[in-house]
Amino acid sequence: MKTIFQDSAKGRAGVWPKEPRGNTEADIPAHLLRSDPPRLPELSEIDVVRHFTRLSRLNYSVDSNFYPLGSCTMKYNPKFTEAVAAQPGFTSVHPLIPQLKGAGNMTQGALEVLYETEQLLGEITGMSAFTLQPMAGAHGELTGVMLMAAYHNDKGNKKTKIIVPDSAHGTNPASAAIAGYDVVSIASKDGMIDPDELEKVLDDEVAGLMMTCPNTLGLFECGLERIVKLIHGVDGLLYYDGANLNAIMGKMRVGDVGFDIVHLNLHKTFATPHGGGGPGSGPVGVSQRLVDYLPISRVVKLEDGQYFLDYDYPKSIGYIAPFYGNFGVILKAYAYILRLGREGIVRASENAVLAANYLRKRIEKHLEVPYDRICMHEFVASAARQAEKGVRALDIAKALLDKGHYAPTIYFPLIVKECLMFEPTETESKETLDGFVDDLIEILGRVESDAASIQNAPVTMPVQRLDEVRAARNMELVDDAGL
Amino acid sequence: MPFIPHTPDEQREMLATIGVDSIEALFEDIPKKFRAAELNLPEGLSEMEVRQKLEKTAAKNHTDLTSFLGAGFYDHYIPSAVDALCSRGEFYTAYTPYQAEASQGMLQAIFEYQTAVARLLDLQYANASLYDGGTALYEAIMMAVRHTKRSRIVISESLNPIYRVMLDSYTTNLKLDLVTVPHKDCHTDMEAMLAALNGDTAAVIVQNPNFFGTIQDFTALFDKARELGIVSIISTYPIMQAILKTPGRMGADIAVAEGQSLGLPLSFGGPYLGIMACNKQLIRQMPGRIAGRTVDKTGQTGFVLTLQAREQHIRREKATSNICSNQALCALRALMYMSLLGPKGLKKTAQTGIERAHYAANRLERLPGVRVINQPFGNEFTVRLPVRAYEVIDKLLDHKFVPGFPLGRYYEGMDNHLLVACTEKTTKQCIGIMAELIGGAL
Amino acid sequence: MNTKALLYAKSHEWVKIEGDEAVVGISHFAQQQLGDLTFVELPQPGDQAVAGSEIGTVESVKAASEIYSPVSGEVTAVNTELENAPELVNKDAFGAGWLFKVKLSAAPAGLLDADAYAALCAAEAH
Repeated sequence: MKTIFQDSAKGRAGVWPKEPRGNTEADIPAHLLRSDPPRLPELSEIDVVRHFTRLSRLNYSVDSNFYPLGSCTMKYNPKFTEAVAAQPGFTSVHPLIPQLKGAGNMTQGALEVLYETEQLLGEITGMSAFTLQPMAGAHGELTGVMLMAAYHNDKGNKKTKIIVPDSAHGTNPASAAIAGYDVVSIASKDGMIDPDELEKVLDDEVAGLMMTCPNTLGLFECGLERIVKLIHGVDGLLYYDGANLNAIMGKMRVGDVGFDIVHLNLHKTFATPHGGGGPGSGPVGVSQRLVDYLPISRVVKLEDGQYFLDYDYPKSIGYIAPFYGNFGVILKAYAYILRLGREGIVRASENAVLAANYLRKRIEKHLEVPYDRICMHEFVASAARQAEKGVRALDIAKALLDKGHYAPTIYFPLIVKECLMFEPTETESKETLDGFVDDLIEILGRVESDAASIQNAPVTMPVQRLDEVRAARNMELVDDAGL
Repeated sequence: MPFIPHTPDEQREMLATIGVDSIEALFEDIPKKFRAAELNLPEGLSEMEVRQKLEKTAAKNHTDLTSFLGAGFYDHYIPSAVDALCSRGEFYTAYTPYQAEASQGMLQAIFEYQTAVARLLDLQYANASLYDGGTALYEAIMMAVRHTKRSRIVISESLNPIYRVMLDSYTTNLKLDLVTVPHKDCHTDMEAMLAALNGDTAAVIVQNPNFFGTIQDFTALFDKARELGIVSIISTYPIMQAILKTPGRMGADIAVAEGQSLGLPLSFGGPYLGIMACNKQLIRQMPGRIAGRTVDKTGQTGFVLTLQAREQHIRREKATSNICSNQALCALRALMYMSLLGPKGLKKTAQTGIERAHYAANRLERLPGVRVINQPFGNEFTVRLPVRAYEVIDKLLDHKFVPGFPLGRYYEGMDNHLLVACTEKTTKQCIGIMAELIGGAL
Repeated sequence: MNTKALLYAKSHEWVKIEGDEAVVGISHFAQQQLGDLTFVELPQPGDQAVAGSEIGTVESVKAASEIYSPVSGEVTAVNTELENAPELVNKDAFGAGWLFKVKLSAAPAGLLDADAYAALCAAEAH
């Protein structure tokens, strides 16, 4: 499909704002102005509409396809949350209004949303307090590691390193390194953190441990209790990567277990749309001993029921966002939690785990499942056996696209060869799951008889397999049409 | 249960396939002592009830204000087609385009967005988006630090103070030396900036128009920076970039911006859009996703995420950044906005804001003791009042007018200074009333 | 090239000693593991190479790997061809795909001979 620049014609325009009246350019000296107008698209409105409508049709999405992308929790995004968030009473509010003296009463609705969401997330996770400011999961991780640093600095602890299991999301070690810590990786044993290994690398310089539970293999960490004790024993902090919270909501509260910091992904667990890559939202919850270090501003509720922004936290790590986080996303998650309520939250986790185990059981006869036990909300399978016949995890993923399914996460976690990671979520029906498995079985049945048909997949998509090496070598990252 | 499709019969069938007799059995790995008691959450509401409840909550926000607040975040008109197109589920319920063949729509859109941003800012390359203008500045600093292997950062005080306090937080644990050069009557002090540069400096950071609204040319500063091997970073305002001298022409190495003005509502602070563009030498230091054009096996054109070896899922602790989820849908909105307005529409939008702001400045200067401080300016300017700015704001709030932002909040000795912004949505009539109200409040 | 006469680092670089100068590259096995290279980042002539320390990077689509200098000394030349043709490393790792040359400041130490390196590769392939 042509790019929007290739479809442009000089002099054409879509939306026609009114002509400005004055000679505005006289207000600014010529040497401060640009010499040529930017070569932006020039199309009529209908052609812009058609362009993007056509582009949208080239995408798989949750609204159109089963999307079992592991670790991403691609559950259904309820439409009513969009309607809630689109209200002008929320969208039109300038974020600086509540910061003006005398205007504190003018954004009470927005502040209430923030305050109430913090309370609900606190109850779900068992953490003492939350900040909603981080704008994505990785941003929450960075915030969490900064909180760790603030805690240790304040206590005068000399800490230099953070322990990250080898099964962790890549964002974990990256976040730790950005905050100035050395990263110590520890190897998994039978798919889990080995407390003995942990003990070997543990010393007084360990600032904390970043882990996710259930882990990226979808397994509950059996050594959890000992791990918590070990880390706390060196005054280290336990960080919980909440990417997998959809497995345990209402079943276990990470705060009760002893975690000190948790980030959540509202765009995963709380059903806000993933937006083709974002915006997400990555609130961070902390245990009591870290509350003083949370970013400012914080929303406080007064006895008279009024909300206000409080900046008076001298130990705070400061500002990590321009304002209060991705408010529009937070609002959708808030509406979702209100809709589900006490029971719905628990049922979501239960049915997510049910679906994952059902899928695992149906798949295990056809694809090796290296950790053969009850999983949580997701599980990994390995195509190592198929790879010996020349059909790799990547090929199976591409063949699934031809069947109308998005692919599972592949080659992650790194500790399983030819890994495929499935996360069906609670919102997919049994028929959808069965249809998916049937299609997968059909594909795997061709490994012996017709491997080429899998290796050449996809053939029904807008494009066939793309030359990624060429893309990286040629670096054609912008269009040159119309220049 | 809402959004859960399984009937009791189906649940039983699924449990039988798994080989357990209850859902509870699936959670046996969680030790008994860690099991949660019943959550203390409210009972679930119907969809109608949630909407009714949150309509009431929304109504508690005052939306009948006439506002001259900007400070880097502006109330521009959003063409209807932006919302109509962006709310297509094929866009907003997809995720990061890991499977390129099933994500060509989003990938091509990212490629087009990168192109539009690079052209607007006049630099070679742009990425697929960062969280916001402030985190984009932080990432730009880290690019410069890696590239130069130096640690001193020279920052103009007229850079948005909301971003300056963010940079302070982000660099607390890093061995960086942030040097802030004071502004001079709301202008970036060029002589002091030039004098602050030296061979240990990694980056120099300015903003255009700056936080006070002043427009300047930084070509000479960036020339000097280049001689000293310093990375030049400029923070910009995308709408004004339709007419202002470009970062590329001034010789900037990295341009960043808050992209909110390009078709995103103010929405109480987010989601917004971190824009970043850079020149060729820095492309491998750039954080975030990047889409590239290539061909498939049959020679047909297509798009993929590329240069991924910079990113956290491959490099882990050695990655350029930890960013994973970005603001893709916001970038898509910005692309749609720029496509609908085109170069002409964007220019008219900029010009109308400038025209209104100059009208407002004229009206205010007629008041006794009121003086406009900066020159030249675009759609935002600073006035000095004979009284404290917050007092004036407080009085005007009674009339549902927000006349601007009180600069004393961030700048010492500027308690009487008010930052006033206009856009194409600001009417002359409202400007007239605002001027009269301020006159009455002095 | 006679790969038997080369020395190897455990991090998969090879070294060819010519008097007081060493030519450095990455092994055929290493390029195989990485896949099609898309970018090679090299030191500048004049840089000091320190045995065992990072001196550059090789990238493929799905992986990135640091290059560790197997020897110490001053970098005297780099293979500028690789800037536009990183695939030379894939095509001819021991020849046209060489990376850089070093004027040795100390005798190479701790490197493997061809047989020992072959054993290492065999072990890693499993």
